[in-house]
Amino acid sequence: MQFIPNSPLKKSMLHELKLLDINDLFSDIPKEIKIENLRLPPSRHQQDVEDHMRQLARQNKSFREMPSFIGGGYKPHYIPAVVKSIISRSEFYTAYTPYQPETSQGFLQAIFEYQSMIAELTGMDVSNASLYDGATAIGEAALMSMRITKKKTFVIPENISWEKKSILTNYTKGAGIKIKEVAYDKKTGKIYLEDLKKTINADTAGFYLENPNFFGVFEDAVEEIHPLLQKNQSLFIVGVDPISLGICKSPGEYGADIVIGEGKSLGNPLDFGGSTLGIFACKNEFLRQIPGRIIGMTKDHQGKRAFCMTMQTREQHIRREKATSNICTNEGLCMLATATYLSWLGGKGLQELCEINFERGQRLRKQISAIPGFSRIFSGIHFNEFVIRCPDAAAVHTNLLRQGTQGGLLLEKWYPKLTNCMLFGVTELHSEESMTRLVSLLKEEC
Amino acid sequence: MYHSAVWKEPLLIELEETKKEKYAAKAVLPDSLQRKAPLDIPNLDETQVIRHFLRLSQMNYGIESGIYPLGSCTMKYNPKICEDICRWDQFSLLHPYQDETTTQGTLRIMYELEKMLCEITGMDHFTLQPAAGAQGEFTGMLITRTYFEYKKDFNRDEIILPDTSHGTNPASAAMAGYKVIEIPSTKEGTVDLEMLKKVLSNKTACFMLTNPNTLGIFESEIIEIARLVHEAGALLYYDGANMNAIMGKARPGDMGFDIVHLNLHKTFSTPHGGGGPGSGPVGVKEKLGRFLPVPRILKKQNNFCFDYEYPDSIGKIKATYGNSSVILKAYIYILLMGGDGLKETSEIAVLNANYMKKKLVDSALYQLPYRQLRKHEFVISCEQLLSTKGIRALDVAKRLLDYGLHPPTVYFPHIVKEALMIEPTESESKKTLDEYIDTLLRIAQEDSSLVKDAPHNTVVQRIDEIGAVKNPILTWKNIEKLKEINI
Repeated sequence: MQFIPNSPLKKSMLHELKLLDINDLFSDIPKEIKIENLRLPPSRHQQDVEDHMRQLARQNKSFREMPSFIGGGYKPHYIPAVVKSIISRSEFYTAYTPYQPETSQGFLQAIFEYQSMIAELTGMDVSNASLYDGATAIGEAALMSMRITKKKTFVIPENISWEKKSILTNYTKGAGIKIKEVAYDKKTGKIYLEDLKKTINADTAGFYLENPNFFGVFEDAVEEIHPLLQKNQSLFIVGVDPISLGICKSPGEYGADIVIGEGKSLGNPLDFGGSTLGIFACKNEFLRQIPGRIIGMTKDHQGKRAFCMTMQTREQHIRREKATSNICTNEGLCMLATATYLSWLGGKGLQELCEINFERGQRLRKQISAIPGFSRIFSGIHFNEFVIRCPDAAAVHTNLLRQGTQGGLLLEKWYPKLTNCMLFGVTELHSEESMTRLVSLLKEEC
Repeated sequence: MYHSAVWKEPLLIELEETKKEKYAAKAVLPDSLQRKAPLDIPNLDETQVIRHFLRLSQMNYGIESGIYPLGSCTMKYNPKICEDICRWDQFSLLHPYQDETTTQGTLRIMYELEKMLCEITGMDHFTLQPAAGAQGEFTGMLITRTYFEYKKDFNRDEIILPDTSHGTNPASAAMAGYKVIEIPSTKEGTVDLEMLKKVLSNKTACFMLTNPNTLGIFESEIIEIARLVHEAGALLYYDGANMNAIMGKARPGDMGFDIVHLNLHKTFSTPHGGGGPGSGPVGVKEKLGRFLPVPRILKKQNNFCFDYEYPDSIGKIKATYGNSSVILKAYIYILLMGGDGLKETSEIAVLNANYMKKKLVDSALYQLPYRQLRKHEFVISCEQLLSTKGIRALDVAKRLLDYGLHPPTVYFPHIVKEALMIEPTESESKKTLDEYIDTLLRIAQEDSSLVKDAPHNTVVQRIDEIGAVKNPILTWKNIEKLKEINI
């Protein structure tokens, strides 16, 4: 049998154990529940399986075969070959969580570099070594604000994705946290400040703001939000698209206490929504309340620089039910991809990348909203995603698909008030031809 | 023998910047949005980047470097073909929200994998959404909560688990809002039925169990355990971290478990990635199917689609549908192995563990607490080494590193003093197992000071972990502190 070297030695090894039959090793399983076989097809040769997978792959249409302009937080970005090369090093990808630091110094240092770059990008003091994704990070941030403030109300904008709301509810119901929503300004697409002022009070543990928000719109009144939260001793949690931080003010610059985000865009593939990376960074004063793993630099007993997992008394393998979170396995390899990606780009490269994304977002939005019948619905300045209303979004979607292009995300299904609205997204990965084609296909619609 | 490279690799920030162009704020955005603080990420050349990370990789041990017998971690070989396939554009460049008609291949894979996992575990429905084992447990706890709310039974706020359980079990239960009751194991290292009877009540929501447990012992009283738990009106939860022991031999569903999570990055051979991405699918019996996270995957004629129409569902637990590349790799692995291969996997995993256990225990240098027969892993104690030579389990672990071998899990489960928890898996040859055994025996007979000061041959020696907590240096920003402590 493939991958099982001792198969041919079964008899002789059993003999050494003074056993006759392999089933003697399973004599402790009661007869009533024993099974003979699994009803699955028999083993197959690798080449055969590869052929089978090729057939299945043909039933998918990748970004290369069908350009897609879907927003909603996930967009394809260019991944340099360097990243693939490094994460394919089997010393990295076949390693376990670095419980034995002396033989895991490489990964530990890479995580330390990741933490450093995330702290730099977000303007925070410390970062953990990743959570599952940007959505679960909101849940963890809500729980952390409750632990810090001892208060049980958490405030979010009305316009975060329904998926995030559902996850947040699941993460916080056990702790008895009450979730309150703040409306968005129907004209600008930004948070409605007056409503925010009414909602935040002394009972608020924390407020989560997304910037750019779910509609792609930047929240530029952030300077007014921070004092409001400070006055009520509530934490300010900001969710970011990390690419935007190449040119945008970091949340640290406008008073955030905790910064979270989906880090998939930094060197990880679309992967049908997998390969996610939960960014989680905060101010130093909250260090001991952070969920998940943290890597620290120290020295070995000869005084040589060394890295290890640290502050472990927060974690489940030590504290069990009193841990700050249940997380154990995180997103190690995605974090390594991000560390490699950011060091390949450099600060300057990220700035340029961000400028390209911003420019393309503006250009594509202008071109689409110039088409009769297609209009921009929020006036707020946006990044690389934007919402467009058209006469019949479902028909537009179907027609585009027929022409080999995937249009924007249909918002009406999840947000009934946003009738016939599509959330478009564009990045540096989209070819000029595909953008031109999208616009001309949309023109045919009117 | 594995030898780590010894590089004195600087931090990225300590490398000399080769690119002249630095970050320079440019007024692209309105002033209120524009970044003012410079972005201090070094601007390096591609050669510098690749050498930096390549050198780091050379100071890291993976399953391809050698045996990695961490107990309860199932560090088995990860077939290369899985890595290759999951990077094809048609899988990796697929948007989670693109039209379902254009993702039929992946939807079919997910649908079929759910069915395969149902067969392997004896459950009726599966979700692939949870990102890791601990998130699977949390999902299971939320399903438990929702199930009792649905039944309008609001009294049940307790979760029972044995003292041998993984740390994530109590942490996941607590996160879902439950009180955790830990019960001590018997002298045999198994669930204490009398104790279980005592704590089960109409306040019990669920009993969480690993079978075989973390000592590697199969809970032979499982049918009675299931009866007692169900009689009390509670649910029975299976932590699937140890599933590698029983594939094709027994199924949690047949044992009476109501909820199961699996770790695809353990039993189903997807690489651990230095700590993820993982995948922790959750399976349930029919009566709990309606509570699983959405979307579920439906087959209509020969087409597949996502279905969100489950009003009693717990909703979402992770964005989108799970860690797809991990799901894909597990699917390929199961196809490669087949039903026969998975059975063989468990048989040899158990054979390898019992072989190692016997050789080590026969030496009398290490002690085996509790009864003899083990499944895929076993726990031995260094208690005698400690009392005779002052050598602790940690010292043995560190000394193994000098021989180029990865140590087992240490000090777990907590009920065994000076524990070494060894899980060889089916991937290792007899020769490798013999070498590992010989090395463990040799270490036990070495001069104690040599062992207590180990490791000697690694890139760094024993690490000041207390110093790391007292004086946290967690980013480059703390670089000034580095100078203070002179490293």
